[in-house]
This record gives sequence, structure tokens and C-alpha cells, in this order.
Amino acid sequence: MSHSTGHQTATPQPLLELRDLAITFSTSNGDVPAVRNAHLTVMPGETVAIVGESGSGKSTTALAAIGLLPANGRVSNGSIIFDGEDITHASEKRIVELRGSSIGMVPQDPMSNLNPVWKIGFQVRETLKANGLPSGPQDVAKVLAEAGLPDAASRANQYPHEFSGGMRQRALIAIGLSCRPRLLIADEPTSALDVTVQRQILDHLDTMTEELGTAVLLITHDLGLAAERAHKVIVMYKGQVVEAGPALKLLTNPRHPYTQKLVASAPSIASRRIESAKKAGVRTQDLLAPSVTATAALDRVIEVEDLTKVFKIRGSWGTSTDFTAVDKVSFSIARGTTTAVVGESGSGKSTVAKMVLGLEGATSGSIRFDGVDITTLGRKEMFDFRRRVQPIFQDPYGSLDPMYNIYRTIEEPLRVHGVGTAKMREKKVRELLDQVALPSAMMQRFPNELSGGQRQRVAIARALALDPEVVICDEAVSALDVLVQAQILNLLADLQSELGLSYLFITHDLAVVRQIADHVAVMEKGKLVEQGTTDQVFDNPTTAYTQALLAAIPGAALELPPEVA
Amino acid sequence: MVWYIVRRFLQLIPVFLGATLLVYFLVFSLPGDATAAICGERGCTPAVVAGLREQYNLDQPFWIQYLLYLKGVLTFDLGTNFSGRPIATIIAEVFPTTAKLAIMALVIEAVFGIVFGLIAGLRKGKIFDSSVLVLSLIVIAVPIFVLGFLMQFLIGVKLQWTNPTVSGDATFTELLLPAVVLGLVSFAYVLRLTRTSIIENVNADYVRTATAKGLSRRRVVVVHVLRNSLIPVVTFLGADLGALMGGAIVTEGIFNVNGVGNTLYRAVLNGDGPMVVSIVTFLILIFCLANLLVDLLYAWLDPRIRYA
Amino acid sequence: MPEPTHTSPGTQGPAPVVRTKTSAYPIEHFVANVDETPVRATDSTVSDAAPRSLWGEAWRSLRKQPLFIISAVLILAVIFVALFPGVFTNEPPNENCLLENSDGGPVAGHPLGFTVQGCDILSRVVYGTQSSLTVGLFATLGVVLIGGLIGALAGFFGGWVDAILARIGDIFFALPLILGAIVVVQLPVFQQNRNVWTLVVILVTFGWPQIARITRAAVIEVRNADFVTAARSLGVSPLGALVKHVIPNALAPVIVIATISLGTFIVAESTLSFLGIGLPPDVMSWGNDIFSAKPSLRSNPMAIFWPGLALSITVLSFIMLGDALRDALDPKARKR
Repeated sequence: MSHSTGHQTATPQPLLELRDLAITFSTSNGDVPAVRNAHLTVMPGETVAIVGESGSGKSTTALAAIGLLPANGRVSNGSIIFDGEDITHASEKRIVELRGSSIGMVPQDPMSNLNPVWKIGFQVRETLKANGLPSGPQDVAKVLAEAGLPDAASRANQYPHEFSGGMRQRALIAIGLSCRPRLLIADEPTSALDVTVQRQILDHLDTMTEELGTAVLLITHDLGLAAERAHKVIVMYKGQVVEAGPALKLLTNPRHPYTQKLVASAPSIASRRIESAKKAGVRTQDLLAPSVTATAALDRVIEVEDLTKVFKIRGSWGTSTDFTAVDKVSFSIARGTTTAVVGESGSGKSTVAKMVLGLEGATSGSIRFDGVDITTLGRKEMFDFRRRVQPIFQDPYGSLDPMYNIYRTIEEPLRVHGVGTAKMREKKVRELLDQVALPSAMMQRFPNELSGGQRQRVAIARALALDPEVVICDEAVSALDVLVQAQILNLLADLQSELGLSYLFITHDLAVVRQIADHVAVMEKGKLVEQGTTDQVFDNPTTAYTQALLAAIPGAALELPPEVA
Repeated sequence: MVWYIVRRFLQLIPVFLGATLLVYFLVFSLPGDATAAICGERGCTPAVVAGLREQYNLDQPFWIQYLLYLKGVLTFDLGTNFSGRPIATIIAEVFPTTAKLAIMALVIEAVFGIVFGLIAGLRKGKIFDSSVLVLSLIVIAVPIFVLGFLMQFLIGVKLQWTNPTVSGDATFTELLLPAVVLGLVSFAYVLRLTRTSIIENVNADYVRTATAKGLSRRRVVVVHVLRNSLIPVVTFLGADLGALMGGAIVTEGIFNVNGVGNTLYRAVLNGDGPMVVSIVTFLILIFCLANLLVDLLYAWLDPRIRYA
Repeated sequence: MPEPTHTSPGTQGPAPVVRTKTSAYPIEHFVANVDETPVRATDSTVSDAAPRSLWGEAWRSLRKQPLFIISAVLILAVIFVALFPGVFTNEPPNENCLLENSDGGPVAGHPLGFTVQGCDILSRVVYGTQSSLTVGLFATLGVVLIGGLIGALAGFFGGWVDAILARIGDIFFALPLILGAIVVVQLPVFQQNRNVWTLVVILVTFGWPQIARITRAAVIEVRNADFVTAARSLGVSPLGALVKHVIPNALAPVIVIATISLGTFIVAESTLSFLGIGLPPDVMSWGNDIFSAKPSLRSNPMAIFWPGLALSITVLSFIMLGDALRDALDPKARKR
């Protein structure tokens, strides 16, 4: 059943072909074209990845193939041909026939894609039943076991909320492949999961589809992941296919300017580039933005020692159990450098950030800022301390007060600390906007009028208003599209060299860490398992956990030729 | 699951105690002589007043009064009203009628509300949806006594399809019209709640996934959309059962139903303090039980709750 | 950030070891025409439109809603009637009531006919507007102040403050508005001082828990937003963050419910008056008129119909306004 036997057919028929597809959404402001002239073919057994940023139309294109466009969307031009049959305007009955048995789907978010009120087994069983397959308990268990779910028979009797994210995604993969479809549409199947889980799931999906000879249409925002997993990569930008071809060719020889930008910016590719270049004998320093690492004196701006945070979890009947979120963590940040704390969800990294910000009390241990322990500060000293450490958060939608315009947002810290007169404050706000490369005309606008990247710039400007020494970036670029992410990282690097800032970078994304951090501390389940300079940690990871994390960076399996570097 | 129910039950106890205390306090401790209503315009002799005060424990300090009263409630001995009839007997007499009326109203509002809400939600923005929405707004806005009189006048007096008032037997057909009136407002709420809930769930990720699995449209709608949308609706209906039993004062008045609401209304007009307190206590008890029912339903409908 | 060097991928250099998948089928390298798919500057939102605050945006979407326009016009009309009843009728509402006109039908000068007491119905309806509106308005005001404050404190501080306030709310919740009002209204203290203001006090006493619940939920939703954490780490005090950031952002659902409750309170007042225990008989109100027209329902249904209609339209317009506001202020629709 392996697809590699397809050589002999002279002109094989594509399994899925989209010809000049155009998709239009009707909104209250009239028709909005979402996809134009999209062209793609998926051969039997082939994995094709569509890569693009949010709003590029990649998901819409894929969903159209299985007749799942939102109610206000329609195919306005072109055709969808599945296995030689034009299904562009096929009847509801025909589409229902195809779904599940011929075209399966694995959706993006495992948390919201299983119906919370039905047992997992029920949700598998109804799939089998609807497609006319045997659906006894052993069939259900078999399907789940194939997707790598341990103890499948008893797991089938559980509800989705009793599953972890990774297990739910396995259940969804089981459902998607249960009826042996010839095409599987996988819409960002792992982007909501931790990197190590992500890798396991993708590996499993790879093996399964290869064994079954299933063709996969993989939707992803991560070029590295696409290149690693797909035979063919299709790059979409603003509703159009801008480039398509073999994965490697796109990486080595991107011809469309957008693809070129993407190849240059994608963190997974960029971090591979550094690794590859190092193998080729190039020194890291030449590849990275100039940092003070080389000249860094041993001036520690923040020293964290044996920091511990225990939360009381209230049980029933007044009992409470202790949960140690952060367990004896020690690290320090040298002035003017970037230290990254890396970990997966639940590692305690964000709790560390909150404690360093003074927003959460420490159970024990100390956080010394310029030698002064901030865990013992009084109210007045704490207020002064706040000027020196400022945060930038992950969600650019949530970190700005929607009721405040940009001027008020950036001016607020100045006003709270009674800095200058109104006039001076306005001048300062203009300067700050200039520093983060936003026009001062932006001052009167409101957050809802700004893009994600612009909001993050405003958040940076607000953080810088009080001339802090340390900025704590809690997943500050994780929610942004790749190109925007690269821009913001550049901005942060520029500001660092300009203002001598020290960064504490909290992130789950090792690819980003490779690009920006001087020091790395790896956290697992509240404990700090490894730390060192970025080069040390990436080149010679000493713990198995760090090794697993590094191996899980999408695109880690890619070995790029030096030309790309 | 068991612990969840036990916990919810225990949480109701302070609510019950607090609410009865509040009512008891309001009726017996605010300035004004609670016995004045019995004695009427002419007044009673001091000896009679003292006797009455002793009978209703009004000579005791407030806390003792309340505790004695509570003891009565727990032993089903609610004492007598100002005309000397045992209160428990009166309630036992009128409650079945009110319960019948409330359950009929509940069934009517549930069936019609869910069906209309489902159709409207699935056809969001279409003509059926818009007209049903406007209709529901009107039903909510027109006060129940205006609605009641209108329907009584049209159906009972003009068309003479049914008796305009309900006899002592309170038969099923007689109660139909009052039940419709009583259930109308909640019908509008059920409809709107179902509709909102359906619209929300139709766009849920798991519904899209269910469709992608190859399920028929009907199965997706019934098993995934409707099933999940019913969680808030059933919760509302449970709470509404309590409200319907207490909120029947106006409807029972209009149609002359001899139920709890009407009895309470007469007690209020007569200034019969013990009777008012007892009936309100009874209604609070029903409210608490309805809430417990809601919690049970909720746990039954939503597996996530069972383990909370 | 390193720039990629685009040397042509020629044959020079060692052969790269590459691990990507290779397909069994030939794959063509397609590149779109760059002129047709221009790459725009990353992350630019060019806009010359005037800045729009959330409220501004809500207002823009409101203005287009027929539901809002209709209800706003109706409410303005009702307010106008309440303020200037004399504009709408020349008949005084209480004088000129002749028993010989009792339950009379419409005649010239009296387009809606007469009540049992022989008073002009139009005039009674017009003059009854004021008390209904006053009760509704002030009860809502009181409920928003008390319920809003309690809900905001409970939601923001959480812990035992929340636990205690929530229990108190539950206790009041166990007594529905009308039931609680009935119990209190019949007390001698209130029977001796029956007027608009005591009625407002009673309605507020039993009406606040609903607003408190809504406010609490809204505050909890905003409380943990990053912008509140950001304000706290700037040095803004907890109370400052509550007042400056949390409450303004939690206001939308409260405004919606308050608008709808205004209608509910008008209904509650008329229901109590209808039961004969609301406003005293000498105060003109729709509820009182319906109460007094009750006995003659069969002979003169119009005496109930007109005040009932006025009442319904007023309540309907507030409920419609609430609905329109909900659509415009819907927090789910806020994020673009």
C-alpha cells in the first residue's frame, strides 16, 4: 500500500485538484474575496502542505475541499475535483457520503473539537456507524489504539475533559482516519500542543498515513514544519498561492519575494540556519545581532535564588493540597543581556515571571534586584521598584485596555509615577512611539484599530515609558505571525543595544530562543533542569528533557545546505 | 458526583435560613403592630392583644421568635392563621392546584420555546427568525396581567372556548388558558435562550468536526447542536419551575384559581402575618428545591460538572 | 537577525545532506506573477479614518439598527409625554370626572372614552406616564449603584469578600422581586407611607442581586486581563485598577441589563398597583387604572386596553433598546 510504488503510472490522476478556486465571504460590508485563483493538486498518498500567515486563506481553501465553508462563504469561481469527480457544487448528500470515508479531517484545537458532553468512544462509534463500518466496542478500541492512545478500551469510556491535550488530538486523529479516507485534511493539527507532544503526534500521523497510503493536505503557519513533513509546499499570501513546489526547492531557492521573506524570518528555519552554519564553521556571533555577551561584565541585574512558589489547592471539605509550581529555581541575568526561561505549559515559567515582577509573592527564596531582595520590599519601595522592571505580555489583544487610546495607554505609567508636566509627558509619548517605529498620528487611535504587531509595539512603548532596566517578555511574540514576529524581535534587539536593557524572555519556543537569547534556563514541572549560554545548551544539552525539546523544534530534522545559511 | 450534590445541598441551607430570617424579620420586626389586622378598626382589649402576642410568640425576643418558628417549620407545625385555621392544612389544600398549573405552564413553555428557538437559531436572520424574535420581545414586554385580561376577554368572554374563570375543581381544560398565560413570558425567554445557544453551538468547532466525520445534517443538529444547547435551557427551566409556583399570584388572581398565589394575596390584603410568612417560607423552600433540581440536571447534562 | 544570502543554488560546495520527503510524482516549482501578488509592507494598517473608540464604534453600529432607532424614538416620546403631559391632552385627569360618563365610549374630545369613574381615559393614560417612568428610572439607578458596587467588589477581590456577598445575594435571590415586594408592601410601615419613593426603595431592595451577579461576572472576566496586570505592574493600586481599568471594561453588560430592568421595574410597579398594594389610589398610574378597570372588564374592556397598551409600549421600547445595545456592545463581537 505504500505510495512509493506509484512510479509506473505514466499520467497519474490527482486525488484532489483545485482549479482557479475563488472563495468569497459575504459580510455586512459587502462581498470580501478570501481566496483567489488558488491552484493545487494532491496526488494519491502525497503530503501537501499549505503555509501561510493568519488570514492568508489557507484554512478556507482546505475547508472548501470538504464542503465546510462557514455559512457566509461560497465558492465563487473555479472548481474542486476529487478523484476525477467535480464536487464544487455537489449535492449535500454526495458531500456527506464523501466526508469521513473519502476525505477525513483533523482539526486544529483539540480542546474545542471534541463534543464535551459525549464520551470519546461514542464520538468514534458514530463516525464508524455513519460511514457504514462495524462499530462494536472492539472496533472503537482498535481505531483509538491505532492512533497511539494507550489503554484504548477503557479510555473510550471517558469524556474529553478527562484527556490531556495530546490525548485528545490522538482521539481526533483516530476519528479522522477511522474510515480510511484517501485524503486527510489536517488543519494545524498540533499548533495548540506543547512542542514535545507536537512532535510525537506528527510522527505518529506520518507513520499512519504512510501505512494507509493516505494523502494529506497539511495546513500550517510553520514553514519549517511544512518542509519537514510534506512532499510539496504551497505558500499562500493574502488569499493567493504565491509559490508552490518541492519543500527543499522552496527553502533553497525561494523565488517569490514573500516566500523569500518567510524563509528569512521563520524561526524554525532561522535556528536551523544557525546550527547548519555553525557546522560549516561560521561563528555564531557573525550570525546574530551584536549583543554584549562578549563584553558582558559580571554585573548581575537580577539574581534569583532558590525561588519557590507553593499554591494551596483547595479540595473538598476544607482540605488543601500543596502544589509546588516553582521549585528552588536559581538563575541570574547579566545587565544588558537576554536570559530566556524555556518550558512547556505547566512548567512554572510564567509564575517565575510574575514573581520577578512582584505581582506574586514568593513562598521562599529571594529575588535580588541590584542586590536588594524585592520579596521583602515595603509598599513605597515596591512602587519605586516597579519603575525599573516592566512586562510585555503574550496576547496583543488582551494587554492593552480597549477603552484607552494609544496616548493614554503609553502616558499612564508616567502619570501614575507623576513624571513631568502634561506637556513633557506628551513629548515623551511621541519619543516612545518613535522608538517603536509607530507614527505619532497613532496616538489618538484605539487598540481595536491596530494590528497585533502594532499593539505589541504599543505595549513595548508603554513598558519603556519609565526607562526600566529590565523588561520581562512573557511569550511576547508567540501570538504573532512569523514575519511580524521577526520584526518585533528585531525591534527588541535594537532597543536592547540602544538602551542597554536586560530581558527576561519567557517562552516555549526554542527556535526563538536560539535567535535572541544569551542565556537559557530550561524548566520542567517547576524545576530548573538545565541552564547555560545559548550555545552550550543548544550544542551540548545535558539532560534528556532538553534534548527532547531541541529535537522537537519543527524543522529540526531538516538539514539545510550551507547555501541557505 | 455524590459529593457535588451533597455540597450543593449544604450550600442551600444558609440560603434557606437567610431568606426565611429576612422574611420573618421584615414581617414581625419592623415597626407596626402585627396583631392590628386581627383586631381590625375597633381594636382589641389589652388582654386579648396580650393573648395573641403570646400565641404567636410575639412577647419573646426576636431570636427566640425566629427559632420557635423554625422549629415549627421543621416539624411541619406552621401554627394557625389569624382566623384560626391550621396553616399547613390550607397549604396542603391549595398547593396541588398551583403545582398542576405550574407544571402545565412549564411543559407548554418548554415544548414551544425549544422548538421555536431551534428553528429560529438554525435559520438565523431569516424571516421566521426575525418575526419570532419580535414576537418574543412583545410577549416579554406586555405585562402578564394585561396579557391575562386580553386572553381571558378574547378566549373566555368573546369566543367562549373555555370558562373565563377556574372552578374549585381546577380541571385540566379549565387550567389550560391560565397555564398558557403563565407560561407565555417564560416561553419567550426559553425561545430566546435556545436560539442564542443554538447559534453559538452551530458555529462550535466540535460541530464542524462532527460534520466532517460524515454525519448527516439531522444527526449533527440533534446529537451535537441541540444536545449541547439544551444545557442552559434546562437549567433555566428548572429555576423557572420555582418561579412559576411563586409567580402565579397575578395569573391565579385573574382566573380566580384557588392556588397558593391567590391564598398569599388574600393573606397580604388581610395583613395575616403568620400566613404570609408561612407561605413565603414554603415558596422559598420550593425555590431551594428547584435549585437543587437544576444542579442535578446540570450535572446530568454536562459531564464536566460531575467531577468538579 | 541574519539576512539570507541568496547565492544561486549552484553545484559548488559539498553536496548537502538533506532530509526532506521526496515525492513519487514530479512536482513543478510554481511561482506566481509578482506583479499580481505584490508583497505589502509587513504589518501595516493604513487608515485615514477618524479614530474610533469602542463606544464610538458601538454608536456607529447602533445608528444603523432599526431596533435601536424605533426604541430610541419611542423612549424619547414617552419621556416627552411624562415631562409635558399638558401638550397631549386638554382634559385634566381627575377633575371633570362625571359619573354619568362612566364606562362611556369615545366621543368628540374624548377619543378613548371614559373610565368607571367617568374620567377621560386619554388624559389618565397621558398623566400616568410620569409615575411609571419615575419608579422605573430611580429603581434602576438605585439597583445599578448598589448592585453594581457589591458585584464589582465581590468580583474584583474574590475570596471571602466574594463568598459573603454572594451568599447575601443568594438569600435575596430566593425571594423573587414581586414576592419580596408583596411581603414588604403589606407591612403597616409601608402602607402608611405609600408613595413613589417607598416603592423605589422596595424594588431596589429586592432587585439588586441580579445586577450584582452580572457585574460580578463581568468584573471577573476583565479582572485577569493582561492590561490589568500591566497596570498593576506599573504601580497602579488594586482599587485604582478596579476604577480605571476593570469597571469601564465591565460596563457593557451592566448597561444592557440595566436598560432591560428599567422595563422590568415599570412592570413591577404596575403589577403591585394592579394588586392594589403599589402606588396609592390617588397617584395616577397605569397599574392603578388597570386595577380600577378590573371589575368592569366585560362591559368596558377599553378601560384596561389603553393603559395596558401604554404600559406595554413603554416596556417594549426599553427591552428593545436593551436588545439593540446588547448587539452593539457584545463583548464577543468586540475582538476583530
